[in-house]
Amino acid sequence: MPFTDKPQVFNAAINALTFGEAGRELTLGGSNVYPLYAFDAPLANAPRVGVEVSDQGYEKAIPGLAAFYAGAETIPEQAARAAAMPGAEFVCLKLDSADPNGDNASVEDCVATVKAVYEAIDKPLVVMGCKNVEKDTELLVKVAEALQGKNVLLMSAREEDYKTLGASAVLAYGQKLCGESAVDINLAKQLNVLMSQLGVPAASTVMNLGSAAAGYGFEYVASTMDRVKSAALTQNDAMLQMPVVTPVGSEAWSVKEALLEEAEEPEWGSREERGIQMEIITAAACLASGSDAVILRHPESVKTVSEMISALL
Amino acid sequence: MALKGLDIFKLTPKKNCKECGSPTCMAFSMKVAQGAVSIDKCPYMSQDAIDKLSEQTAPPMKTIKVGEFSLGGETVMFRHDKTFVSRCLYAVAVCDGMEDAEARLAKVPQVDYERIGERMHVEMVTVDHCSDQPEDKYLALVEKAKALGRPLILGVEDAGLAAKAVAAAKELPLVLNGANEENYEAMNKVATDAGIVLGVSAASLDALYDTVAKLEGLGNKNLILDVGSASIKDAFAGAVKIRRAALKNNDRTFGYPTYVNVAELAPGNSHMQGALASLFTTRYGSIIAMDEMDYAKALPLYGLRQNLFTDPQKPMRVTPGIYPLNGADENAICATTVDFALTYFVVSGELERSGVPVNLLISDAGGYSVLTSWAAGKFSANTIANFLKENDIEGKIKNRTLLIPGKVAVLKGELEANLPGWEIVVAPKEAVQLVKFLKDLAASRA
Repeated sequence: MPFTDKPQVFNAAINALTFGEAGRELTLGGSNVYPLYAFDAPLANAPRVGVEVSDQGYEKAIPGLAAFYAGAETIPEQAARAAAMPGAEFVCLKLDSADPNGDNASVEDCVATVKAVYEAIDKPLVVMGCKNVEKDTELLVKVAEALQGKNVLLMSAREEDYKTLGASAVLAYGQKLCGESAVDINLAKQLNVLMSQLGVPAASTVMNLGSAAAGYGFEYVASTMDRVKSAALTQNDAMLQMPVVTPVGSEAWSVKEALLEEAEEPEWGSREERGIQMEIITAAACLASGSDAVILRHPESVKTVSEMISALL
Repeated sequence: MALKGLDIFKLTPKKNCKECGSPTCMAFSMKVAQGAVSIDKCPYMSQDAIDKLSEQTAPPMKTIKVGEFSLGGETVMFRHDKTFVSRCLYAVAVCDGMEDAEARLAKVPQVDYERIGERMHVEMVTVDHCSDQPEDKYLALVEKAKALGRPLILGVEDAGLAAKAVAAAKELPLVLNGANEENYEAMNKVATDAGIVLGVSAASLDALYDTVAKLEGLGNKNLILDVGSASIKDAFAGAVKIRRAALKNNDRTFGYPTYVNVAELAPGNSHMQGALASLFTTRYGSIIAMDEMDYAKALPLYGLRQNLFTDPQKPMRVTPGIYPLNGADENAICATTVDFALTYFVVSGELERSGVPVNLLISDAGGYSVLTSWAAGKFSANTIANFLKENDIEGKIKNRTLLIPGKVAVLKGELEANLPGWEIVVAPKEAVQLVKFLKDLAASRA
C-alpha cells in the first residue's frame, strides 16, 4: 500500500526582495511553501546566511575569530575577509560604536566606515544601527543618503522612527528597509500596515520579528514566526508576506552560555565551542520556523548553517 | 473524518443517568466528539459501540511509552494551535563497529543538570549493530550500555541477535529498532514477546507505510518510525510528511513518533549534528540520537526544547527564591522582579553582564510579566514585602538597597512604608538599560 502525501503548496508566496547593486545582488524569500519544505515544491530562493561585522572589530578573545581575521586590522579589511567566508552571502555591518551609552561615535565617522566597507566588499550589504532609536534614525538616514543607488538593506525601522526612515531611506534614496517589532505578530503587522500607509512599498521591506537565543524565550520567536508564515501563506496576508531577517549572532553570543569563560565554569568546556553551538542551534531553529535570512558571527557557524541549508534543498 | 456529537449520541442509552459525570447524554456526546472525555466513561455503552467509537475517536497520533517517558500523542502541527504534549528525547548513539564505543558510553552521564525545574540529561542510549561485527561484541556492548541504567534503543536487524540482546537487557525499558520490509514478521515476534516498542525503517516512505500497515495487521501498534539515514533532505521530508499525514490528513498508519539518528546524517560532524538536532527538535523528531552530548550542544538544545514544549497557555515560571548573581554575598544589593521565566532570564542575563554582584529576589507573581502581574495584584508593595518577611531576607542579607523594575516605579512610596530601613531604588524600565544603570550605581557607591 503506497503512502499518499499531500504537499502543501500555496497560492500565496513570501515576497521576493532583492538587495545589493547589480552584479552583487541577492534575493530573499519568494517561496510558496512552509519554511524549508523543499520536498513540497522547490524553494524560489534558499534561506540566506550573512556575516555580522561590528565597526568595533571582532571579539579578540575568541581564538577562532582571531585566527580567521588575523592580519585584517581595519574594519573594511575585516568586512572583506567576512565577505569571503565560506557560506557567506552578504555582510551585515553593525554600527555598535554609534551607541550614545558607549563610544558615541559621530554620524560622520560611521558613514565614512560604511562607505569604506561598501567599497571593500563584493557582496550585498546590510547596515545595522546600534539599537539606540534616536541615534539610529539620524545615522541610518545619512547612511541611506551616502549609499544612494547601492540598494543596501537598512536595519531597522521601529514604531518610533518608521516615518523618518521610510520616507528618507526608501522613498528618497531607494534603499531597502527592515521593520523591527518585538516578537508579536500583531505588532509586526501593524508596523507593516503603517509603513505601507506612508507609501513605502511592501516590496521594499523585510521584517525582523525579534530574536532570542535558544532557551531564552525562544518559544515566542518560534511561534511568532510560525503564525506569520501561516498567515502569509494560508491566508494570503499581504501585510505579513515580507521576508524575515533574523540577527542570531548578537543574541547567541550575549547569553551566559556563550559568555562565561572556561575558568568560571570548567565543566562546560571551551567557551568558543559553546558560542558556536548556541549560534548554530538557534539559527537552525530560526530557519525551521521561518527566517529567510540569518545573520551570524563565527565562520564555523556560517559554514555549518549554510551547509545544512544546501543539504535540505 | 472526526465523528460528530450527534453520531455518538445515537449510540448512547439516552437515559441521562449522569453516571458519566455529564448532565445529559447529549452533553457527554459533545465532549467525546471534542476528545475531552473517553467513550468508556459511559457504563451503558455496548461493547460494539465502544469498539466502533474508540477506533474513530482515537487520537490521530499514538502515545508510545518507553519506561517513564511518553512519545507522540501530538494533536497539532504548530504549538500555537494548542500545545505540543511530548517533548522530544535525546539519545547518544554508539555502535559495535566503533573503536571508542565504551569511551563514548562513559561520557553519557557528563551532562546532567537542572533548568527551571526540569532535569536535563541524555534520556536514552542507542546501541547499533554493524553487520560485519561479531554477535558477541554487540552483546558485550549492550551489557556495557546497560550499566548506564537508561532506556536502550537496540539497533539490530537480525531477529536472532535481537532476541538475545533484548533478553540481555530485559530489566530496562527498550526500543527494538530494526524492523524493515523483509524482516518485519520475525522482528515483530521478538518485540511483542518482550512487550517492547518496535522501531520500523524502510528504503522509502512508501515501503515504510506499507510495512507499518502490515505490522498493524499483525496487531502491533507499539511502534516508532525511523526516518532513516539516506540523506538529510529525505530524513527531514520523512519527519514532516509522517507527522503531517497523521495530524493534518488523519492517516493513522503514520500516527507514530519518529526516530532520527543525526549522527548517521552527519558522521563525525558535531556542529552539523547540533544544527540537525535543532532542526528536528523544532520539526517533528521524537527521539533524536547523536554521537555525543557535550555541554556545548546540551545548553542550547535543552533550552530550545524546554522553550518549544511549554504550553503557550501556561507561562513558564522560575521557582521563587534568592538568586545570587556575580558572586553576590550578604552585602550585595538586592533587586526584585517577577517569576515569569522570560523576564527572569532577560533580567538575570543583563544583571550578569553588568558584573555587579546582585541578589535577585524572585517572588511568586503568578508567572506573568511585570505590568500584567502588577495589574493583577500579584506583584505589589504588599507581595514584595511579604516575600521579604517570609523568606527572612533581612536575616540573610545585610544590604538594605532594593531595586524595583522601572515599570512599577509607582510602588516606591508604599514599599518604603512597608519596609522600614530599606532604600528603594527605581531601576530602568527596560532590561537592556540595566548594565549601564548598575555600573553607574556601583561606581557612585564605591
